[in-house]
Amino acid sequence: MKRVITGNQAVAYGVILSRVDVISAYPITPQTTIVEELSELIASGRLKTRFLKVESEHSAMAALIGASTGGVRTFTATSSHGLAYMHEMLHWASGARLPIVLVNVNRALGAPWNIWGDQSDSLSQRDTGWIQLYCENNQEVLDTIVQAYRIAERVKLPVMVVLDAFVLSHTSEPVEVPSMEEVDSFLPPFCPDYPIDTQEPRAYSVITTPEYFLEFRYKVQKAMEEVPEVSKKVDDEFRSRFGRGYGAIERYGKEEAEVVLVTSGTVTSTSRMVIRKLNEEGWSVAGLKIKRFRPFPSEEIYRAIKGAKKLAVIDRNLSAGVGGIFAQELRAALYPKEERLPVFGFVSGLGGRDITPELIEEAIQYTVEHPRPEEEILWLGLKK
Amino acid sequence: MKKIEIPLEENLGHGHLACAGCGAAISMRLTLKALGEKTIMVFPASCWSIVPGSWPYSSFRITAIHAGFVTAGATASGVRAALDVRGDLETQVAVWAGDGGTFDIGLQALSGAAERNEDFIYICNDNEGYMNTGTQRSSATPLLAWTTTTPVMQPKENPKKDIMAIMADHHIPYAATATIAYPEDLIRKLQKAKGIRGTRFIHLFSPCPPGWKMASEQTIKISRLAVRSRIFPLYEIENGRNYTIQEESRIVPVKEYLKLQGRFGHLTEKDIETTQKNVDDTWERLQRRARC
Repeated sequence: MKRVITGNQAVAYGVILSRVDVISAYPITPQTTIVEELSELIASGRLKTRFLKVESEHSAMAALIGASTGGVRTFTATSSHGLAYMHEMLHWASGARLPIVLVNVNRALGAPWNIWGDQSDSLSQRDTGWIQLYCENNQEVLDTIVQAYRIAERVKLPVMVVLDAFVLSHTSEPVEVPSMEEVDSFLPPFCPDYPIDTQEPRAYSVITTPEYFLEFRYKVQKAMEEVPEVSKKVDDEFRSRFGRGYGAIERYGKEEAEVVLVTSGTVTSTSRMVIRKLNEEGWSVAGLKIKRFRPFPSEEIYRAIKGAKKLAVIDRNLSAGVGGIFAQELRAALYPKEERLPVFGFVSGLGGRDITPELIEEAIQYTVEHPRPEEEILWLGLKK
Repeated sequence: MKKIEIPLEENLGHGHLACAGCGAAISMRLTLKALGEKTIMVFPASCWSIVPGSWPYSSFRITAIHAGFVTAGATASGVRAALDVRGDLETQVAVWAGDGGTFDIGLQALSGAAERNEDFIYICNDNEGYMNTGTQRSSATPLLAWTTTTPVMQPKENPKKDIMAIMADHHIPYAATATIAYPEDLIRKLQKAKGIRGTRFIHLFSPCPPGWKMASEQTIKISRLAVRSRIFPLYEIENGRNYTIQEESRIVPVKEYLKLQGRFGHLTEKDIETTQKNVDDTWERLQRRARC
């Protein structure tokens, strides 16, 4: 059924359809309407889920670690400072190999205070062992949550589903909401390998000496290496059942273009419009959306940019001292390749400032006109 | 009073790594006898992250979930929720946390869980300091005690935090203090806790020979003197209101307790008087609470 819903409502539908057993969350703008919606659904009896209304995000993740160890399907949502506060437990969840799904509504981190969107929160969790999937629209948000459980429970790693503050979280769009039966046939119940059983007592996450710890982390890496194949299979099956699929990346615009513009999240939608216009005007430019940030889709990207001469990246995030994080990851991915394209790293839209069509056009124009970037960080729309 | 049998069942196996005379090891053995094998125990960071042994071994015969330092109350809430969803209402969820994980870094998660009246037994194994990291002060360290972060030139300036009062004021159904010098009392309180639903809090007093600079064969004696000197009175609180104090008839001056422990070796006569006064005040406060 088609409904006009916000991104946060799409999250709630994703949670309902995935038959989550235990939710634990703490409110933070702009995630709040997710927990409000879920509370309403549970209070009215439409959703049979335990909701632990804990006193902090740290406890939210810890509670899910307990519940997921207990062998049930778990969910939380947060944003910005809340995600940063969870940091310790994010490492714990992946180390304990728990298939928890977390929705993060991208928001800047203070100081100074700011409640609007940028990706600094989720990207500063890139080394925590979580799979990260970035969404472009509300339909993708719902679909990605359902897919996330399939992937997480297969590879035994937690998944972070990411959407932009306000532009998606609080903006209504038409979304096709699949039926419970359709999703049930796609997403089977969670069957953990080692569920708690007092008849067969086990010690979970017991201290592990240097003699074995390396092997535990090796297995996390191996699980990450399974993700491209597993998520492709899951996405292909989703596409065949629901008529929608997303891939780890998506290339659009002119084939064999000289310049490829790389974006993630909602900036991609604006870029699609700009690139369509520029293609009509004869510009040799294409777009590349990165959905899966962890594990980074290096091979997929390399295949998609074959023939291009330059890459432009718009990063709505900043690792101070280096620059945009997507640009940094792309440079690292391209380094071992023979064709080491120049990467133009643009930084823009921090703290929720709009990345307008004009700014995107400016970035493309700069890339076309310069053989190499004049500076490592190219600031878009900076007030000087 | 009904005679209490100490169960023969053993759920702490051989080969654990506790120090000689460790009060907590005896506390654990008794606790697991009382709780039985249908128990899942959550362990935030403490000596008990180490004592049961490292992967792939464990000296526990119960399910043990090791968890982040801050998280005992929250992790146990999640485990309980999972069991409820699975329809397992029989298995007990318990927490075993140190005084650091309870009085200090874990207090927020514990308070949150207690306010929600989460259904588990929270056992605080109080050895009055950060013993696993080598005896640093905690907010459970007594007034004027030596620790590595409160050297004798500047011993602990503040009295111990009243965790039982804090827990009582969460209106949880049951809270009790216990110690291994009174094993029947300890077993009785745990068995009573087992029969109640909601958040149950057991404050266990467990001497730590290396941390307290005491002889390892005096663990039980010091536990008993803690009760007799009213350093650690034995009592129960039901629903945050109804107090039952297990009155000890043979009261001794606090000096008898202090003099067996090197951590109080630097105390002057005046310091001992100060400590005695603090103990008397705390006892009076407890009695006032018990009367209302």
